[in-house]
Amino acid sequence: MQLLVGEIENGIFLGAFFVLIALGYSMVYGILRLINFAHGDFYMMAAYVSFAIFGAVGISHLHSKWPVVLVVGLITMIATGALAVLAERLIYRPMRRAALLSLMIAALGLSQVLENGVLNIPAWGSQYRTYPVTSSAAGTSILGTQFTYAQIAMVIISGLLAVGVYYLVGRTLIGKAMRAVAEDRVAASLMGVNVDLVISLVFFVGGALAGAAAVMDSLYYGQINYLMGFTVGLQAFTAAVLGGIGNIAGAVVGGLLLGIVESIGTGIFGAEWSVVVAFGVLVVMLWVRPNGLLGERVARRM
Amino acid sequence: MSLLEVENISVFYGAVRGVSDISFSVEEGEIIALLGANGAGKSTVLKAISGIVRLRSGSIRLGGQPLPAGRPHRRVSQGLVQVPEGRHIFASLTVSENLELGGYIHAKSARARRERQTEVLALFPNLQDKLNQLAGRLSGGEQQALAIARAMMARPRVLMVDEPSLGLDPQKIDVVYDLLADIARSGTTVVLVEQNVALALELASRAYVLQQGTVVLSGEARALEKDERVAAAYLGGAPAAAAVG
Ligand SMILES: Nc1ncnc2c1ncn2[C@@H]1O[C@H](COP(=O)(O)OP(=O)(O)O)[C@@H](O)[C@H]1O
Ligand SMILES: [Mg+2]
Repeated sequence: MQLLVGEIENGIFLGAFFVLIALGYSMVYGILRLINFAHGDFYMMAAYVSFAIFGAVGISHLHSKWPVVLVVGLITMIATGALAVLAERLIYRPMRRAALLSLMIAALGLSQVLENGVLNIPAWGSQYRTYPVTSSAAGTSILGTQFTYAQIAMVIISGLLAVGVYYLVGRTLIGKAMRAVAEDRVAASLMGVNVDLVISLVFFVGGALAGAAAVMDSLYYGQINYLMGFTVGLQAFTAAVLGGIGNIAGAVVGGLLLGIVESIGTGIFGAEWSVVVAFGVLVVMLWVRPNGLLGERVARRM
Repeated sequence: MSLLEVENISVFYGAVRGVSDISFSVEEGEIIALLGANGAGKSTVLKAISGIVRLRSGSIRLGGQPLPAGRPHRRVSQGLVQVPEGRHIFASLTVSENLELGGYIHAKSARARRERQTEVLALFPNLQDKLNQLAGRLSGGEQQALAIARAMMARPRVLMVDEPSLGLDPQKIDVVYDLLADIARSGTTVVLVEQNVALALELASRAYVLQQGTVVLSGEARALEKDERVAAAYLGGAPAAAAVG
């Protein structure tokens, strides 16, 4: 029992990252019906951007310099958001009238370009790079399981970001415009909504969230690699499908649930099975309930 | 100078002609009707005014100023607001959210939007009790009312309404037309698109009849009601039928 509680807790920690990345997947899907396979690579790019900034600033320890780390995190979020906006502007927007399959292939192409771009930068390359910032092991026990303060802060930050997105999309005028564009682009433009701008904003938010996840993930695991976006992308996509893609609450529920399932699954089968567990969940979900847990017809979009 | 002047516009969908060489003008405060059978080009004209489709040739002027080629949202802030055919309310949003989006161009001030909502709802008392319902759950007549109310949120200089009677039973049609009459009486200029010619001629002061993408007939509504060609084509024979409608 204690073991299970611990695995659920670890699952929530893991799931918090999935939530952040799944939100980007889901929002972009909601507004363009596009499964943006490059989204995981935005996350990877964010890890390298923050890697470069931390290297330049010369910070090596999280606890003594956490305000600086927070600022670098914010800068990385903005940079990753900007990258996502640029990708939309340069690649997806000119293809907006094209078949969805073409867009998806373009997304896969962009993913390759980003990965190979990083691969070809000598300072980054193909090896695992050690993230310049480490965090101390100090922490506390929650319900019998040990967590570092850094981990606890990360879950809180993820939660705040998710709540922020929920508020943005659910309550603000621009969020209502996002949902309107998702449902009926032409009608939204007839309300005076600048559709292109709204789509850009969705990409920005999605990219920024992936940026936040990447910085926290890298701080926690301590290593980055040019292929790190692939696995996480698959996991986040699974989380989005699990909750009902295109739906904010679905991304949150799906992310946390996938984290817990993976945590329990790897507890049973071993850590090397984590991707298999994610992929298994994806296949089963697509099979038994393709609309996801919260994917009702009405609430389907965003 | 007319408020809205449409001059020799042509629109193509690829190789398909939507409309060609259409001209008409709308005076401040009047209701004009664009009439014609399915496929005549009525919706295309409204789409051209809203900037949803590009002009192949011709020009559109509002208050004497040519409309810059631009995206639809710009036209809304210039006061050209459309209630599209088929209503296109946001079904997964609440009635109140739909209205709020109607006031999107007043994005700067939530207060301005709320004040406008109060004004608009005075015209649409039935929506008042349903503000928190999903718009998709409303009946057809209520959805049409919502679509018009939503457009009114933007304080249009010209309100364009595309086939508001479509799919509604006669009683509901009366309700919607009464609303349009109220709106016009309060000073808003209205461009009404209809296939239901009898109905539209009763409300409008002038009308243009479209056929296969061009204007074939135009004039005062009263005169058109009695026109034999209109009667034969759209009013089911005898001119007298128009008076019944
Ligand atoms: N999206 C479109 N693609 C191709 N042809 C279209 C499109 N929309 C309208 N048309 C054509 O343009 C003509 C005018 O259509 P429309 O303006 O919708 O007529 P109305 O509103 O009077 O029924 C018709 O021949 C119609 O088939
Ligand atoms: Mg039409």
